[in-house]
Amino acid sequence: MKYLYDLKIGEKCRVDKILIYDSLRRRLIDLGLTPDTLVECVGQSPLGDPKAFLIKGAVIALRYEVCKSIRVTEVLA
Amino acid sequence: MSDIITVALAGNPNVGKSTIFNALTGMKQHTGNWTGKTVDSALGYFKTETHRYRLVDLPGTYSLIPHSAEEKIARDYIYNEKPEAVIVVCDATCLERNLNLVLQTKKIARRVIVCVNLLDEAKKKGISVDLDLLAHRLGVRVVGVVARQNKTIKNLLFALDEAVENDELTTQSNDFLNYELQEELAISTVKTAEKIFNGVVTYKNKNYQNHDRKIDKILTSRAFGYPLMLLLLCIIFWITISGANYPSDLLFSAFSWVEIKLSEFLNLIHLPTVIHNALVFGIFRTVSFVVSVMLPPMAIFFPLFTLLEDLGYLPRVAYNLDKPFKKCNACGKQALTMCMGFGCNAVGVTGCRIIDSPRERLLAILTNTFVPCNGRFPTIIAIITMFLAVGGGVLSSVSATLILTLVIVFGILMTFLATKLLSATVLKGVPSNFILEMPPYRKPEFLKVIIRSVLDRTVYVLGRALITAVPAGLVIFIMSNVNISDKALLLHCADFLDPFAQLMGLDGVILLGFILGFPANEIVVPIIIMAYTGAGIISGDMNLQNVQELFVSNGWDITTAISMLIFSLCHWPCATTVLTIKKETASFKWTALAVFLPTALGIIICMLFNLLIKLLH
Ligand SMILES: Nc1nc2c(ncn2[C@@H]2O[C@H](COP(=O)(O)OP(=O)(O)OP(=O)(O)O)[C@@H](O)[C@H]2O)c(=O)[nH]1
Ligand SMILES: [Mg+2]
Repeated sequence: MKYLYDLKIGEKCRVDKILIYDSLRRRLIDLGLTPDTLVECVGQSPLGDPKAFLIKGAVIALRYEVCKSIRVTEVLA
Repeated sequence: MSDIITVALAGNPNVGKSTIFNALTGMKQHTGNWTGKTVDSALGYFKTETHRYRLVDLPGTYSLIPHSAEEKIARDYIYNEKPEAVIVVCDATCLERNLNLVLQTKKIARRVIVCVNLLDEAKKKGISVDLDLLAHRLGVRVVGVVARQNKTIKNLLFALDEAVENDELTTQSNDFLNYELQEELAISTVKTAEKIFNGVVTYKNKNYQNHDRKIDKILTSRAFGYPLMLLLLCIIFWITISGANYPSDLLFSAFSWVEIKLSEFLNLIHLPTVIHNALVFGIFRTVSFVVSVMLPPMAIFFPLFTLLEDLGYLPRVAYNLDKPFKKCNACGKQALTMCMGFGCNAVGVTGCRIIDSPRERLLAILTNTFVPCNGRFPTIIAIITMFLAVGGGVLSSVSATLILTLVIVFGILMTFLATKLLSATVLKGVPSNFILEMPPYRKPEFLKVIIRSVLDRTVYVLGRALITAVPAGLVIFIMSNVNISDKALLLHCADFLDPFAQLMGLDGVILLGFILGFPANEIVVPIIIMAYTGAGIISGDMNLQNVQELFVSNGWDITTAISMLIFSLCHWPCATTVLTIKKETASFKWTALAVFLPTALGIIICMLFNLLIKLLH
């Protein structure tokens, strides 16, 4: 199983499932993190967390706790 | 002309809603390149040839099923107030995500007009948008604008006029209120947006973001992220300090000149000496000190800060600082509210609405005062210049800059300490989440930003000088001239406080200055000056050099200055901020804590510092 967190900078993947079930889930969906969406990891902050992802043309910073709960497929370099 | 028609501006955060609002209404809502600049809705009016409009600028929102307090405002407004039309502003460079909100709004609003903004940025990046195709697919009017260029706004006005005259009211749906349906609905909306989007936007260059990513790589890199933040801070401070010197002196001499004329005039009309002194030495001198010390640094600092803000640097600061804040069980967005605190802590406290979790929001509210606001920042600079800067010329401004940076870093460390303390005791909890959009870097409109924010700050500082310094000057003058058993009332108070203040490395007068400065921090130093001079008369002209001599003759040394700096950063928030905290938290308990915590920390640190100094001697 791969999670968004496993993505290295420059790698892309498709979202499989969001394993978060509180109000945050809706926010992630609104930002475009729906199944099959293509996401790219574009950077990380100086201390390694949060990381930045390119989602539907916007760069969004997400913390480790969130990234590790988003299951992904098809990691592409 | 018909009745006033109410129209709302909605849209994702940071798409230029406030910029469009300003262009339409001629008002001056603050804008900035980061998510959450507007946290409260604003109201303005404008008219076209055929209609009169009332326009509401809503805070940005990703969805109409809201997630944070400031997003709820937008949803509630469209639901409950039912404006005649909603203009959904979209970012041309990030259209697909923006369409989501368009689709949601279409479901509940009476009329929807899609306004595709930032077309200039899109063009620069080689992104083109087929507006006609978009309009066709969405079934609503679509206009393209560049909010910064007023002439393009005309299209929006035409569309608006036509829409309110012709368009049918869309049927309203209540799906959104049904919680069960929400997720399905949200996902299907995203999918629909994707379908509509495909083919509407074409990219000349798929790698249009590379430029921004390169900048990000440096500004948020492991090696340079933090040093660059410090360096930028230093540069801004250095420009502020060295630039403010001369205008400040100039203002002091201008005020001295006016003071002489004023005094002559008052004597000419035979005003009683008491009133003459109250006007000249009480009110006028307080105002002249406040304006001369506050205005120049603020009129330099703020334009620079606004440029950084418009560039899009602030979200990167929040991104860099999220991990440290997380260690304190708080949220990186607290860095943004800290930045706003530089302008005014009350604004910073309101800005805390961008933080979703109530607990983390409270943490940010309660610790905002450790960032020196507009009223304290110049005082800190003045104290540093008078007592701590070494060397002459460039050396003195460089040393002052380094010390100022140190002071600010100390304030930031205090923020972390206090946040940690709170989250380990009364505000226990696990850190929730941090989702922050990092906007594309945008070139600020240099000239416009500089002129706007210089004017803004000037009006602000002068306004505050008038409403706070005038009454304060009068009150303190009275207190220092009403004698009880041969001693001024002011001195009685100061003497009473003195033993305690000495423990903190201050004296009774300084502490009294802070207490009487509760309505506004600007007046702390003028109060101290007046108390030292007894009748409120300083020998010679009012300027920093004479003030320094006065302070030294009243026993100030470097330790006093440092203690004063510490206590400036760490004491109760000013009256306006306290009221705002009360409003935002709706709780006496938290408001009391917001006063108590920084005060207690300030007292303890000052006492420890002085103990240490005494031990070393
Ligand atoms: N180049 C360019 N910049 C723009 C345009 N419109 C707005 N901006 C800039 O984009 C930034 C965001 O604008 P705001 O008007 O504050 O955005 P907002 O939608 O009100 O943002 P929130 O209040 O945070 O939701 C500011 O720095 C503006 O100067 C435009 O058409 N072209
Ligand atoms: Mg706004």
